[in-house]
Amino acid sequence: MAYTFHGGTHPDDKKAATNKKAIEPMKAPEQVVLPVSMHIGAPAKPVVQKGDHVYMGQLIAEASGNVSANVHATVSGTVAAVEPRPHPNGTQVLAVVIDNDFKDEPDPSLHPLSMEAMTPEQMTEVVKEAGIVGHGGATFPTHVKIQSAIGKVDTLIINGAECEPYITSDHRILLEQTQDVIDGIKILIKILGVQNGKLAIEENKADVFPVVEKLLPQDGSIQLCRLKTKYPQGAEKQLIYAITHREVPSGKLPADAGCAVFNVDTAAAIARKFKTGMNDIRRIVTVSGSAIASPKNLEVRVGTPIGQVIEAAGGFREDPNKILMGGPMMGVAQFDLTAPIFKGTNAILAFCEDEAKGAKVPSCIRCGRCVDACPMRLMPTYLYLYQQKGNLEACEKYDALDCIECGACTYVCPGKLPLVQGIRSAKQQILSARRK
Amino acid sequence: MADLSKVVVTSSPHIRHEDNTQQIMLDVIIALMPALAIAIYVFGLRALVVTLVSAAGCVFFEWLYQMLMKKPVTIADLSAVVTGILLAYCLPVSAPLWMVLIGDAFAIVIVKQLFGGIGKNFMNPALSARAFLMGFPVIMTTWPAIRTKLPLFSTPDVVSTATPLAALKNGVMPDATITDMALGMVGGCLGEVSALALLAGGLYLLSRKVITLHTPVAYLATVALISFLFPHGNGRVEFMLAELCSGGLMLGAIFMATDYSTSPVTKKGQVIFGIGCGLLTMFIRFFGSMPEGVSYSILVMNSTVFLIEKATRPRKYGYVAPPKAKKTKEGGAAK
Repeated sequence: MAYTFHGGTHPDDKKAATNKKAIEPMKAPEQVVLPVSMHIGAPAKPVVQKGDHVYMGQLIAEASGNVSANVHATVSGTVAAVEPRPHPNGTQVLAVVIDNDFKDEPDPSLHPLSMEAMTPEQMTEVVKEAGIVGHGGATFPTHVKIQSAIGKVDTLIINGAECEPYITSDHRILLEQTQDVIDGIKILIKILGVQNGKLAIEENKADVFPVVEKLLPQDGSIQLCRLKTKYPQGAEKQLIYAITHREVPSGKLPADAGCAVFNVDTAAAIARKFKTGMNDIRRIVTVSGSAIASPKNLEVRVGTPIGQVIEAAGGFREDPNKILMGGPMMGVAQFDLTAPIFKGTNAILAFCEDEAKGAKVPSCIRCGRCVDACPMRLMPTYLYLYQQKGNLEACEKYDALDCIECGACTYVCPGKLPLVQGIRSAKQQILSARRK
Repeated sequence: MADLSKVVVTSSPHIRHEDNTQQIMLDVIIALMPALAIAIYVFGLRALVVTLVSAAGCVFFEWLYQMLMKKPVTIADLSAVVTGILLAYCLPVSAPLWMVLIGDAFAIVIVKQLFGGIGKNFMNPALSARAFLMGFPVIMTTWPAIRTKLPLFSTPDVVSTATPLAALKNGVMPDATITDMALGMVGGCLGEVSALALLAGGLYLLSRKVITLHTPVAYLATVALISFLFPHGNGRVEFMLAELCSGGLMLGAIFMATDYSTSPVTKKGQVIFGIGCGLLTMFIRFFGSMPEGVSYSILVMNSTVFLIEKATRPRKYGYVAPPKAKKTKEGGAAK
């Protein structure tokens, strides 16, 4: 029996365009743009100035505050500017711009680390130094997650669900960098002091299971869990329920349900830090969609402009109508192709046509499909209609704040209502009213 | 570099399922076709004329209302066609066409559009119109004998025959065999006579995922259980099958009680709704002054939908029960 959760939907996974394509290293660009905010939390503080020489992997912006993450140079070269630049979130964010000298000289102070003699606290510090953030897309600083989980969790889950259509970066990592993932899980087991780690993968990645099984440690410290293919299986709360049948209490953290969840590539990044000393400077990015000439999986330096990544995948086959960073269900639409790949970028997608066109007169026919699809068991149609009427009190009563914004409701709606869009704005309105 | 002038920026999700309202309504229309075929066989081409006039009338009144009120015209969603067909199906085939059109106008303008149009009406438009047309009691209870020649457009002058339901009401088993009743070779309203044709349509809707089993099964099972437990006449099973196959039950359970607008959006609610419809139907059939109870029981349950939805709201993921208020000596709740 495969693990699963309540609700959800089954969009066409569209992964065939890239799931057989091995990861290709992309040539580093002439210039990288490294925003000081590539994570949830406080922006990092730049520690270099224009004209400084930097090594690959050298710290260029330091974590500030409790929830923040270090930023490192992803190429060696010279700092060209420290100034606001376009960020994939659509705003201008302070960034360190580095001219690549194409020498890829690693920071001489970085060296492999042995975890044998380290305490969990020291190991967490290593993760913090490496600037590792959640590679699944949420970009929560990994060391903060570890700190909040130590001593509180009994279950470690490694998220290889990859439930968004088109994206195959985690799939390829599981196939080609399996040892890194497994070593990362071992490190996390040691840091968190748990019995074992559960590596959870959706069934649609059938070729991954035999490869991983061969490399699993004999002592059973890593268990492979088959997940039913269903969106949003990779959402943290839904994954926790599928594996443990526990629910994260409303408004609380996974640690409050005794669980810590890390993306497979986050685990691999941790392993690489210990094995090579290199910090979090590269990303596997799936470039796909109907407007991409030659869809592929690329290993990309963080800070590479989106446009150059698309060029590396053969450029546009046709003029695009929509460009996304991330998957089609939760990704962010892009309009400036100079914005960089950041630590949470798992895909760049481009489409010839807007596939989310609504109806001329969107209307709720009360079919109840959104209620069935909601993985949080909310009533999206009620929330949307109350939000349209400006009744925030009712939105709160019907638990708008529990919405994880997965978009399953909007996806299934035959009346073509912008359900999650309405709920999202209700959430923002409720939260901003609370702050007052 | 490519031309980015066509690039649009919207918030996620960026893909949508291909199902749309028009497709769903088209599926309902397709599912209603076997019953129409049987109706034409049993009542002649007049059945087709009444159905077409009713569907066209509903579309016309929806268009007229939206034009006059300067609202976007939404007749392309086909929901008015569905209402028109359903209304025709719950009228006697001998009903005059002017009366059909009055029913159409009532269903579309009063019941549907005045409440805000598709999805906003709280009562089933076709059933409400049928209840309204009961203002013509003689016409509404005159069922022509099967396989008689009826004029296509003019109002026929017919003598009513007893329907199986009327016989059941009087505590006797109908003359017709169960097979005749299942196939539809009996008197009754235009589209309701053949339980099998309606079931075939229901299976189509299930396969297209337009409806789920919850409402129809809850409704039919309730009727089956009560008629099995309290049979009139001879034989529990025969009585149960006769009750299931007679009157508007199949039409109501498969096509009316599953109407999206007027039934609960929660699955649990749909089961409660179906059971409520079944209980009321049997109550009216056993104790009411009229033989049939399907349309009124669904209309009564329509008005409870909001309450059912409130009561069956799903327990959200991660629900934490609020701390119980402790009772103080004074009797009030302490904070």
